[in-house]
Amino acid sequence: MIFSLLVYAAPHSHQAAESAYRFAVATLAQGHSIHRVFFYGDGVHSASALAAPPQDELDLPARWQALAQAHELDLVVCIAAAVRRGVLDANEARRYEKPGHNLREGFELSGLGQLAEAAIQSDRLITFGA
Amino acid sequence: MSHQKRFLVISRHPPYGSCHARDALDTALTSAVFEQPVTMLFMGDGVLQLIQAQQPAGIQQKNLAATLSALPLYDIEQLYVCASAMQQRGLKAEDCVLPVQLLDSNAIAELIRQHDVVLSF
Amino acid sequence: MMTLHTLNRAPSHAALLADCLNACHRGDALLLLEDGVYCALNSLETPLQLPDDVSCFALEADVAARGLSGRLLANVTLVDDAGFVQLCCDHARSISWF
Repeated sequence: MIFSLLVYAAPHSHQAAESAYRFAVATLAQGHSIHRVFFYGDGVHSASALAAPPQDELDLPARWQALAQAHELDLVVCIAAAVRRGVLDANEARRYEKPGHNLREGFELSGLGQLAEAAIQSDRLITFGA
Repeated sequence: MSHQKRFLVISRHPPYGSCHARDALDTALTSAVFEQPVTMLFMGDGVLQLIQAQQPAGIQQKNLAATLSALPLYDIEQLYVCASAMQQRGLKAEDCVLPVQLLDSNAIAELIRQHDVVLSF
Repeated sequence: MMTLHTLNRAPSHAALLADCLNACHRGDALLLLEDGVYCALNSLETPLQLPDDVSCFALEADVAARGLSGRLLANVTLVDDAGFVQLCCDHARSISWF
């Protein structure tokens, strides 16, 4: 089956962010495909290149990046939710004249329409939220 | 889009105190822009979004009820509310910024079954 | 086809739990995960009352994390992550109650 995931919780603040990752791993292990993982609301923080959790804690942005690389996943971050929360790519940093950009490699900013598209194209859409 | 899916957006939080209400609404509007049939259901504290005369200027937020009023312009005309949520909060259909249909639990369970995708905020 | 409901809040979120259970249709399934697994405690003063013909599951990793092995209601089936994925496959749609 074709799955898409909606991640609607920030790492560390809510377990949902980690549950989503574990679900993605299990989905792929079962031989299903993932059309898109869409990060919305506080979920955009999973896409930060600046998150620096301690060594003995889960580094979700790094895990997602590695999973995306291994399986060619489409990790999409809602641009409106992201820029409000200070998760910017180089383009947005330039547009808003911000001193830096922090969107992690492997993620891309795009519109909320990508969530609708994911729901349309996938057999199953699961939300992990808080 | 090559095919259509029936979207149900369930909104369960009050406006302004968190972004959930806004996010639910944006999701509904965006899905409608993608030409999918969209239904909105307000449950729990979500019914509080429908109270009239909201004036959020003092808290630096956009008027959510005003945006809700635009739903019909996006062809989102199926607006439902949980009857018991309304009753528990002392609200009536006449208090709402938009015409809404009240549903009991059985009707809500049935409504869910009529949709392909359910997004809940 | 039926609906998979997922719930991740502890039973103190009574209204959420009630809304979730009331929205269940015969043949639906409820998966408790994260803090939602506490809803299946067999020691709750008001134990979880499932609607007719609604099956209940709990995510194993979350049960173990919280020390709840052996403390859950008998009619709650533990599933692992693969089982969670399978539940999604078996149900046409999912609703996340959070």
